[in-house]
Amino acid sequence: KSAPTESELKFHYTVHTSLDVVDEKVSALGKALVDQRELYLGLLYPTEDYKVYGYVTNSKVKFVMVVDSSNTALRDNEIRSMFRKLHNSYTDVMCNPFYNPGDQIQSRAFDNMVMSMMVQVC
Amino acid sequence: MELAPVAVAVIAATQGAPGEGRGAVETPPVIYTMENKPIVTCAGDQNLFSSLYPTLSQQLPKEPMEWRRSYGRAPKMIHLESNFVQFKEELLPKEGNKALLTFPFLHIYWTECCDTEVYKATVKDDITKWQNVLKVHSSMDWLIVVVECDAKKKNKTNILPRTSIVDKIRNDFCNKQSDRCVVLSDPLKDTSRSQESWNAFLTKLRTLLLMSFTKNLGKFEDDMRTLREKRTEPGWSFCDYFMVQEELAFVFEMLQQFEDALVQYDELDALFSQYVVNFGAGDGANWLTFFCQPVRSWNGLVLRKPIDMEKRELIQNQEATLLDLRSYLFSRQCTLLIFLQRPWEVSQRALELLHNCVQELKLLEVSVPPGALDCWVFLSCLEVLQRIEGCCDRSQIDSNVSHTVGLWSYATEKLKSLGYLCGLVSEKGPNSEDLNRTVDLLAGLGAERPETANTAQSPYKKLKEALSSVEAFEKHYLDLSHATIEMYKNIGRIRSAKLVGKDLAEFYMKKKSPQKAEVYLQGALKTYLAEGWALLITHTRKQLAECQKHLGQTENYLQTSSLLAGDNNLTEEERKHFCQEILDFAKQPSEIEGQKVMLSMHSFAQLKNLHFDPPNAVVHVGGTLSIELTLVNQMPISVNVDHIAINVHFSIEKNSYRKTAEWLTKHKTSNGIINFPNEIVGVSLSRSSLPGLELYEMYERSPSDNSLNTTGIICKNVHMLLRRQESSSSLEIPTGLTLEDGAHVLKCSNLILEPGVNKITFKTQGKEPGTYTLRQLCISVGKMQFALLHIYPIVQYDVYSQEPQLKVEPCTDSLLAGIPQKVKFTVTTGHYALKNGDALQLSNADAMPVLYHPESKAVIYSNTQEKVSETSLTVQSSEKITSISLPMVPAYHVITFELEVLYSPSTAICMMENETLTSKDCRKKSKEKETSYNSMATIDQKVTIDCPWSIYSTIISLTFSVPFKAKHSLLSAGTRKYVQVCVQNMSEICFQFSDNNLKSSDIYKDLSLQPLNPKAEQHIYSKQAVFFVWELKWTKELPPSLQCKFSMNFCSALSEEHSFSLKPYTYEFQLENFFTLYNVKAEISPPLGAEYCKTGSLCSLEVSITRLLDLLDVDKDEALTETDGYCTTKLMYEVVDDSSNWAVCGKSSGVISMPIAVQATHKVHMEVMPLFAGYLPFPDVKLFKYLPHHSAHFMQLDADSWIENDNLSVDKNMDDQADNSSIKSRGSIHSTTSAEHKGLPMPRLQSFSPGQVFNSSSGMQILVIPSKDDHILEVNVT
Repeated sequence: KSAPTESELKFHYTVHTSLDVVDEKVSALGKALVDQRELYLGLLYPTEDYKVYGYVTNSKVKFVMVVDSSNTALRDNEIRSMFRKLHNSYTDVMCNPFYNPGDQIQSRAFDNMVMSMMVQVC
Repeated sequence: MELAPVAVAVIAATQGAPGEGRGAVETPPVIYTMENKPIVTCAGDQNLFSSLYPTLSQQLPKEPMEWRRSYGRAPKMIHLESNFVQFKEELLPKEGNKALLTFPFLHIYWTECCDTEVYKATVKDDITKWQNVLKVHSSMDWLIVVVECDAKKKNKTNILPRTSIVDKIRNDFCNKQSDRCVVLSDPLKDTSRSQESWNAFLTKLRTLLLMSFTKNLGKFEDDMRTLREKRTEPGWSFCDYFMVQEELAFVFEMLQQFEDALVQYDELDALFSQYVVNFGAGDGANWLTFFCQPVRSWNGLVLRKPIDMEKRELIQNQEATLLDLRSYLFSRQCTLLIFLQRPWEVSQRALELLHNCVQELKLLEVSVPPGALDCWVFLSCLEVLQRIEGCCDRSQIDSNVSHTVGLWSYATEKLKSLGYLCGLVSEKGPNSEDLNRTVDLLAGLGAERPETANTAQSPYKKLKEALSSVEAFEKHYLDLSHATIEMYKNIGRIRSAKLVGKDLAEFYMKKKSPQKAEVYLQGALKTYLAEGWALLITHTRKQLAECQKHLGQTENYLQTSSLLAGDNNLTEEERKHFCQEILDFAKQPSEIEGQKVMLSMHSFAQLKNLHFDPPNAVVHVGGTLSIELTLVNQMPISVNVDHIAINVHFSIEKNSYRKTAEWLTKHKTSNGIINFPNEIVGVSLSRSSLPGLELYEMYERSPSDNSLNTTGIICKNVHMLLRRQESSSSLEIPTGLTLEDGAHVLKCSNLILEPGVNKITFKTQGKEPGTYTLRQLCISVGKMQFALLHIYPIVQYDVYSQEPQLKVEPCTDSLLAGIPQKVKFTVTTGHYALKNGDALQLSNADAMPVLYHPESKAVIYSNTQEKVSETSLTVQSSEKITSISLPMVPAYHVITFELEVLYSPSTAICMMENETLTSKDCRKKSKEKETSYNSMATIDQKVTIDCPWSIYSTIISLTFSVPFKAKHSLLSAGTRKYVQVCVQNMSEICFQFSDNNLKSSDIYKDLSLQPLNPKAEQHIYSKQAVFFVWELKWTKELPPSLQCKFSMNFCSALSEEHSFSLKPYTYEFQLENFFTLYNVKAEISPPLGAEYCKTGSLCSLEVSITRLLDLLDVDKDEALTETDGYCTTKLMYEVVDDSSNWAVCGKSSGVISMPIAVQATHKVHMEVMPLFAGYLPFPDVKLFKYLPHHSAHFMQLDADSWIENDNLSVDKNMDDQADNSSIKSRGSIHSTTSAEHKGLPMPRLQSFSPGQVFNSSSGMQILVIPSKDDHILEVNVT
């Protein structure tokens, strides 16, 4: 959700397109296994420069992470734990009684968490 | 011995091995001896082997064999096949030779010998030689087969038992492993014995083969692992290791263990990848630098051959580039995956590989000519796709599009970038530099490979053609794009399809055909809008704007421009540019007069809120209403606006009540500000097109006991949220923008709208009464109009006209009669303006004068309930008319003032009420009266008022309540008479009484009423009563009835200031039959000789009835017989003891004939018995008139009353259980009366008026002592 680069537009396109795959994967998982369902969707699709990972919460909130392809330090497990962290932080934001669902997230805690993940990666 | 069987075996292998179950696979028959079957050598009798070979090669793979593997790998069932070759010493591997494919896994020696002599002579030596050779090469995998034939046995009779040869061989060679020698009997005959021996032999052969595999492969793997561990050593070469591990892969492939073969390649792949990554991290291996040589050839993957020998050789010779190695590795993986029937994995891996290669080349900093990689990727994509298409049928491909579509889109992308690179996309076509580049790229492709040379659609040909000319490129690019879009759409990846479509649009824009681009842009934009991707919307809009500009779609372009000008995601300059575009257009003189371009307003400005003044948005006719709009200008610069207009729709309200000022002022209590929900469009980020949830709490209570039934949350705008997405996303092109032609338009001209919040005030004057609804808002700039077609929520203001009105209401809850009370006059002027001299004319009613205080003021309020002024009021009263002159007041104001009125209750009304009280049949009415007892009597008084605005009089009814209720009663003491009057205060307030007075209205002068009351003023409190008593004294005969009138002055105890006289409260009543006719006296005397009465003993009761007066008018009717000038009247007496103190013995009642004369006395004796001791009150003696049946009144008289009386008395006695005799006597009377009832008219009883009989012994008591012998005391507890 936050990519402080000049290629923001490109990321937006990428993320938007990746939603197709998210939809596909979520519907493929089916409704029967909602309880045991793995929230982490794994690699959505690779592009030449980036790898797009997806994560869907039980309430169908989608997280998409775009990682530079050349960054080989990030394995599946790392990505998964990053998503977990993101999800936790997001849940905290949602628990804020002053937050209106649907509004843009304006939480310093959340931003800091995202930034710390980015720093750790880059 | 010739080598014939080898060739046969080779051919069988190439055709049989890879083709299992895959009919469609086109594997070109490449004869390559290394990929096939494990080698088994044959020594000994070659002719014998030749004869057995067909059966052997056919039978061997028939049954699967379980292969137990080392390192805990899962056992597998495999079908063994073998390549049988003639044994030669050269076939045995030399020391250090790692080749596995050429490795003979088993050596078999065949012999047919059955003769000991022959054996000894030749065969033994031969076998020994063979064995020695094997031993030299340390090969332990061997087998000796002895074939026996019955035919030979017959020919040679002197043979030893056949076993002996086998035994001998076993003895000689298989000293420890006796199983290394098998017997095959009669192999060429079809007997069960030969079958058996075949089976035994084959099993043995398979087992030994597997043993050999396990041993040799294990050894090989160990060697390989050792080699791999050495990889950190300087001299290590990846290519060498590659060849070794590939050898293993080949063997697995040979054994048809494709899975295992694939694992070998995957391991190599991973190892290489790891090296590249490490190299990127600075940990370079020497051998890797070799792969970093510049890319010179980019001819794509080759997947049509099982093994690309060309590349393999390059690797073997350590001359391969990174692309070569990757290509080769992938081609092998691809082959194996297709063997494993997993073509979709191929496509997936291909995409990964292509991405990976691009990344690796970048990481290793390999120099690549521009476009070379694009070519390579493009070719590879198509190659993979064609390979997959080659091995699957149409339906399979169609249902697995999701796997291949990535390659398609990748190829499209690459072709696009190639096109841009080579100048094939521009309008003018490629320049010389582009052409040079193209030539270079084509050179890198090399020549077309022979295997695809005949295919028309080979990737190589496609690329070459696409790069050859602008037209060809366009064709290929469009083909690919359309195919990709189609595929994406088919699998539901709409977003991806839109993205490809957008690329296509860009291409069209470059090719200067915007009309084709527009569709794609619009489609993409629609998706982005629906999903709220602000940045994408902005970007696409920018493209669309350009496209529309080229197309000359002025209106659409302006609309898009206005959207862009208000877009926060653009830079200030860009926004200004688009804004200027709009303004420039607006300034242009329009070709046709009056033609205006209309755009939706939401992009230009937003209506935030609207403020009414007066806040309730209600004005009377002629009143001014101002409306203040808050508009947020989205433009980056200030805009000069010609005018802003609001279209107003006028409707006449049907409901006339709604027009009244009260209703309007009461029901519109808003603060006059109407807020408009935030308009959509890319301003807020996500879900911008959806309104927020409007949630409300909901409680449902049960109607009966108001308990909570259900509770929940209701979403009030479900219809907005749940409607289909497609229908809501048509915001971009508002079609059919039309302004309504309304007669009512509010306008504001020549304004400057600054960026941000602007406030615009409209003023209007109410003209026609009705409801005005604001429908549309339109901002005109030059020849452009920005219109808001629907103002929602609905905004209305009302104009009303009101008739003047007069209202008169009491200031308190209810008006009380008799005291002055305030009444409030409210004049609502409505549309009528009060002129000087206008006055209200009240027609006076006598009973209700209007009291006037000179200090009373009229207060004037404006329409909005604000106090305007206060003026004094002048009231002029003449005899008939009270005129109240009103102050001058403009229209739509309210005047209020208060006046006092006094209502004096007329006596007649009071009398009427009391008449009913005293009437005879009060009993029936008493019930009704009781209900109304607590409420006050009310009188309606009507007042007629003439108003200046109307020729008709207004009649107003005021209701007054009488605060008092009076009752009277007659009291007697012998012949003296007293009158008691009871006055009850019914009202809530407290009164003061004075001057109470009772008068006889008649002319009897000799009657005097002597008051026994205090003269002083008295208070009577709310809901309380006061009693007054007078003694009646007279000197002369009096008429049977007396008319009396009670009067009393009263005033409210609280207000003393009333100086004027109030009318007294009066109460009139009539006294009748007030003379005492009879005196009844009862006496109880103890029994003779006793001093006191005792309980249980009879006492005598003497009742004496004395006539006190002569015949009067009153009882003339009752006088019966007139014998001897005496009149008599029949009376009935009755002794009743209500308190059960006495038991009456004998007759308790009787009829007596009473002469009508003064002092005529009748005495009756009775026996009574006291039931209790103590002072007992005397029993009651009741006296009735006994009217004979022939009385003149008979017909009129009320039979009911008599029966009722009688029944009542009977009932009473029934209750009284002690009075048995009394019941009896009653019963007798009853029977007589009932007997009379039959034939004769009934006599009847009539009671006397309350004053006519005086009971002089009432209230007397007599002492009763308890009887001494009364031991038993009955105690009744009831």
